[in-house]
Amino acid sequence: MDALLGEPVSAWEGGERSELDGRVAFGGFHAAAEKRHLLLPALWVLQDEIGFVSHGALNYVSERLSVPPADAHGVASFYSLIATEEQPGRIAHVCDDIACRNLGAKEILDELGSREDVRPSPCLGQCDNAPAVFLQLAGQTDLVTAPANADAVLDLLSADGDPLPIPSQPAADGQTQIMQRVGIIDPTSIDAYLDAGGYLALERAIRIGAPAVIEEVTKSNIRGRGGAAFPAGIKWAAVANEAADTKYVVCNADESEPGTFKDRILIESDPFPIVEAMTIAGLAVGAEQGWFYVRGEYPLAQARFEAAAAQARSRGYLGSNVIGTEFNFDIEVRRGAGAYICGEETALFNSIEGYRGEPRQKPPFPTQAGLFGKPTLINNVETLANILPIIREGGAAFADTGTPESTGTKIFCLSGHVAKPGAYEVEFGATLRELIESAGGTTGKFRAALVGGAAGTFLTQDQLDLSLTFEATAAAGASLGSGVVMVFNSDTDFTDLLVRIGAFFRDESCGQCVPCRVGTMRQEESLIRLAAGGTDETRILEDLALVMSDSSICGFGHAASWAVQSAIRQGLIGETT
Amino acid sequence: MTSTALPEPRPLVDLTVDGTSVSAPVGSTILDACRGAAIDIPTLCYLDGITPANACRVCMVEVEGSRTLVPACSREVSDGLNVVTENDRVASNRRLVFELLASSVDMSLVDDVTVRWMDRYGVDPQRFGPEAATVDQPVKVQDDLYIRDYAKCILCYKCVAACGEEAQNTFAISAADRGFESTISTEFDIALPESACVYCGNCVAVCPTGALMVKTEYDMRRAGSWDEGSQTVVTTICPYCGVGCNLELHVQDNEIVKVMSPRDHPVTEGHLCIKGRFGYQHVQNR
Repeated sequence: MDALLGEPVSAWEGGERSELDGRVAFGGFHAAAEKRHLLLPALWVLQDEIGFVSHGALNYVSERLSVPPADAHGVASFYSLIATEEQPGRIAHVCDDIACRNLGAKEILDELGSREDVRPSPCLGQCDNAPAVFLQLAGQTDLVTAPANADAVLDLLSADGDPLPIPSQPAADGQTQIMQRVGIIDPTSIDAYLDAGGYLALERAIRIGAPAVIEEVTKSNIRGRGGAAFPAGIKWAAVANEAADTKYVVCNADESEPGTFKDRILIESDPFPIVEAMTIAGLAVGAEQGWFYVRGEYPLAQARFEAAAAQARSRGYLGSNVIGTEFNFDIEVRRGAGAYICGEETALFNSIEGYRGEPRQKPPFPTQAGLFGKPTLINNVETLANILPIIREGGAAFADTGTPESTGTKIFCLSGHVAKPGAYEVEFGATLRELIESAGGTTGKFRAALVGGAAGTFLTQDQLDLSLTFEATAAAGASLGSGVVMVFNSDTDFTDLLVRIGAFFRDESCGQCVPCRVGTMRQEESLIRLAAGGTDETRILEDLALVMSDSSICGFGHAASWAVQSAIRQGLIGETT
Repeated sequence: MTSTALPEPRPLVDLTVDGTSVSAPVGSTILDACRGAAIDIPTLCYLDGITPANACRVCMVEVEGSRTLVPACSREVSDGLNVVTENDRVASNRRLVFELLASSVDMSLVDDVTVRWMDRYGVDPQRFGPEAATVDQPVKVQDDLYIRDYAKCILCYKCVAACGEEAQNTFAISAADRGFESTISTEFDIALPESACVYCGNCVAVCPTGALMVKTEYDMRRAGSWDEGSQTVVTTICPYCGVGCNLELHVQDNEIVKVMSPRDHPVTEGHLCIKGRFGYQHVQNR
């Protein structure tokens, strides 16, 4: 703990009493407020070392950071990877989410599910290697094993097993842009990155200056790859135009949408472009501080990114006077702690700031008042990765690829019943059928594909030739979301899937607003009744869809009914298998 | 006497509410503008003087150009805003929010205004079936001053605000856990006497559902002797210190049964300390 926070300097902070105590005010309100962002890292120290956050330990953290204990407990209890009760030091989180559950997870849980140290988990972002297990190990680095089996999990829980090696994403064949180095380059070496053309984009950005960088991004017409598809140029310009002393750049690597694993592959296999793109973003909008918020279940991605940032710093690509210029920029890494909602941008800000990851009402938008109330540029990992070709080759050249409204390439996450699950980068315009074929086709007879994740929609046979662009999917009443294409064959029990999706939303709702907090519970209850058969749930599910999408605070509630509603519309419910 | 300069009048913005032109000062909310124009909107988590948590979502209204409905309590007015406070969409959403709340929380003690809104929208909390999950749990009776009955808690966050930086700066309670399991709690759910609570009772004063209740009222309700109709409210000034807080003594059968303070009073804004709120026994020490 002291490695994170330093030695306590006074009795006020929990240190030794000195003569000055009681005579001198240490810190005060502003100093305390400035430290609050260390709350989640401090809770992580306890969780990592001891395996849970005890009452005494929480009080110590509260004292050190001047955060009221009730408040700190509210934060700790918000996250599913932070335990506030004593638990076994080794915990296996077995993914039983929509991709893994039909590919071996149910069998693992059938065998081990009654154990105290084995828990079902929402999607772990390893759908290309299903089924996945995330091991939380007190006193050791957490790890992921995939594809897993019950024996391997037992070995790891008893501390004498080695994790099964995770097959790495194979190098992409054919013309790719963002994933061109994935599987080829050594992700731990900045020299390898420099040899492959690394940092040419930053050099060009410095040469042409901030306004020209924003001009290129705007001309590229690139839209955000995180799910909301917001035009990045508008965001960049908005933050750059805000008059503020302090601004921030945030990279959203809290990739948690069930079925999504592209950002993990990018960070694990080629982390330097993210560091470089964040630096360019800082230069463009006038920020000196970047934050990289990575989901807690991605220990390897976090380690790779941290190592990349450290190497960049040691070579002068990060820190004071970036490549010998007047420009200063550095990046701080924050680890999420098991909360899907923290992928929502304002919830992510609250999480970094040391508060419960509850989304904020918008407006104000992050470009006006984001992290710490300052203008903030927040982009998804894949969006940032696209910035480099845009700067190197120009926004106009980028806009020539793909379709007019969906420029560039998109990484799709193919999983479920396909022969070769994985991340596939294609130029925008490819159809659903083409994507499935590039992943080796459906195993079994195609029945439906869930596009966009749990917050997405089901597409069926007659939509196989739908071009997966922002505009074509929107016209079809669907959404690309984060690029999930999860394929299900005709043996799938869709009602079972929907019950799991219902449980996912109930479990991950932050609980702040009524429509989502109670609505997701009622939706799950209704789906369970539907699965049992005999009742007509149409009216209730439609009403819940209305109130959640119309009256919730954030996109989580708005989207919580989409997959369910689309499955009903597509007639996937009630089919006997 | 100190004199305070009046603030500069705020410029007005023009908006349309239900087809009528309305003016409201810059920085005010849709709710302010509507109430100024005598247009009624239901609220639960809103309380004048406390930053809106905009968590309950019963004040939703339709705003032209917005994909979703908008919370009237926290959306600031802007020029040209076109607001519809009541139509089928708004009514359906409000009905559903009330149904979700009433099906999961014991709302038997909400005020008459809320009951009328629920009647108006035809709220049917039973429609989710007898198995619908609720937040039912035992009442926390941990001292002689007030009780916490979280089976009645709608998570309006007002008690957290009143305990924290909006009034008392004690920070004894916070929202804890997540989702449907969310609750208002001390750290590790320790009993109030062991917590940072200073028993000002300001949380009780802002609670809209009777989840927080002074012990006298709780005991009398259990005994069946609580009779609000026969109570009189006596306004006086707290005798303890020189601040001069206004007190409203709720008196039944010549006994003080509850002490509150008017929210529109410039000294207290409704807030008291433990002495003003609970230290009245000497008055009736016969």
